[in-house]
Amino acid sequence: MIRVLTGHVTRALLLAALAFVIIGPIANLMLWSFAERWYFPYKLPVSWGVRFWEIVFRPTGVAMQSLGTSVLIALLTVALALIVSIPAGYALARLKLPLRSLVMIVFLLPQAFPGVAIYINVARFFYQIGIAGTVTGVVIVHASHALVYSVWITSAAFAAVDRDLENAARNMGASPLYTFFTVTLPLAAPGIIASAIFVFLESLDEFTGTYFVGVPTVNTLPLLLYSASMGGNYQIASITAMILLIPSILFMLFVERFLKADVLSKVGR
Amino acid sequence: MTESRGLAILLVAPALALVIALFLYPLLFSVASAFSDPATGELSLINFQKAYELYSIDIAYTLFIVVAATALTALAAIAIAGYLTMGETPWLLTGLAWLYRWPLFIPFIVAAQCMRTFLAKNGLMNNSFVAMGVLDPAQTVSFLDWRGVLITFVWKQTPFVALLLAGAMASLDRATIEAARNLGASRLRALIEVVLPQVGPTLMVGSILSFVTMLSVLSVPVMVAGSQPTMLTVDMAFRINAYGDYNVANALGVISYLMTAVTAWIYLRRSVREQRDGS
Repeated sequence: MIRVLTGHVTRALLLAALAFVIIGPIANLMLWSFAERWYFPYKLPVSWGVRFWEIVFRPTGVAMQSLGTSVLIALLTVALALIVSIPAGYALARLKLPLRSLVMIVFLLPQAFPGVAIYINVARFFYQIGIAGTVTGVVIVHASHALVYSVWITSAAFAAVDRDLENAARNMGASPLYTFFTVTLPLAAPGIIASAIFVFLESLDEFTGTYFVGVPTVNTLPLLLYSASMGGNYQIASITAMILLIPSILFMLFVERFLKADVLSKVGR
Repeated sequence: MTESRGLAILLVAPALALVIALFLYPLLFSVASAFSDPATGELSLINFQKAYELYSIDIAYTLFIVVAATALTALAAIAIAGYLTMGETPWLLTGLAWLYRWPLFIPFIVAAQCMRTFLAKNGLMNNSFVAMGVLDPAQTVSFLDWRGVLITFVWKQTPFVALLLAGAMASLDRATIEAARNLGASRLRALIEVVLPQVGPTLMVGSILSFVTMLSVLSVPVMVAGSQPTMLTVDMAFRINAYGDYNVANALGVISYLMTAVTAWIYLRRSVREQRDGS
């Protein structure tokens, strides 16, 4: 009896230690976002408040501008990625494509290479053609980096659609294009939405590419977080970080609802 | 048949063009720039010589951080996924499954800001140890150096590798594990000798993706450990921002491609061997 009890106590302590390691850094961020004054040697903030939240959420504040820019860029990135990925995903899932596995790998490459060396050269070309420091330039960079999610997941979503349903529509006289828009696309929609969420988050959180291509005019939330943190303004940095954290954690909790097992098992094939 | 092939190529072309223009072309350009003499434009190794003279310590430092962080991430992921597969205490399984995924989608820059406060001399980690009486306030040290970078990388990447591993372990045939347990093997031994060899390829893919990701991150080394030595990503940004020196920056880039290439080679050699053994 006592052995069982000590066993449980040891396990509980281990779980608590792990919780401290995983949640501790996030908790420290939350403390900072509500700390009006906090300095050595105090273990907790000297005075608490939401003054910095008011500064951040002031409609004319720099943070709201950054949030607007970030969301605009993320939405445009999703649009661009889906426009090119839906046809590509369909072709990869359903049509005979020469060198198919090589094409799949090409979309993975931007994620599988050290990015900084690529971005510095992209920034240089963008400067030459006049789209450095523009939203357009940042959107193109984000989309090229996020294509692996949109192409791979939409392709898996199309592959998971039952071919018999398409054939039934065709047998009743529907044209291939009509069949695609009324049968295939609606059935693949949950997977496509999941890929859109991946692309949206990837763009919202992207720092390195924006840092090189977007300077000095495009100021997204990650760039604001970076400059606030390096400038020693931990409250603004922490609140910005919290704004970025919320969609990430919501997605982590609900990802399985968007990505069903039948689609997930076909990703990357 | 040729008609459908043509259609397929047409449908893939826009997406492919985006990757070629924004990734393959800059990649080739960076290699060409790294191997050309900035004064004459001729083929030369002078940029690599300069990169080595200025940054040899940072090259070794980067390699150490990324290799050590990948190894620690793999160990932590094996421990978590292993317990999720072999564990027998229901409440601990529920708690662990709920807990371990939190950092999964947290951006690196947010992780860096979290650690910048958590690991500081007066951060929540040291303060908690002092409050528990484990540490004396005078003994506290800041972890905001190479240790901080290592901790941040492991914290951020472990859930990803653990998620892949736990998935692979869950789809294994339970009969082999039960057989080992019935023959008297402990759970740890069954994990190491029966489960791990079967999920080797998944662990390899997860580790390689983590390795390359960590090699590409700029925010963590800047924000968590500001001083010298630092990682190659920071040196590249500095070469561009301070000197506009694309040649040496691209030489450093090629060195980081080489580090990636070594891991890709290990992976390919292994999968070729597996295919040969399998057939």
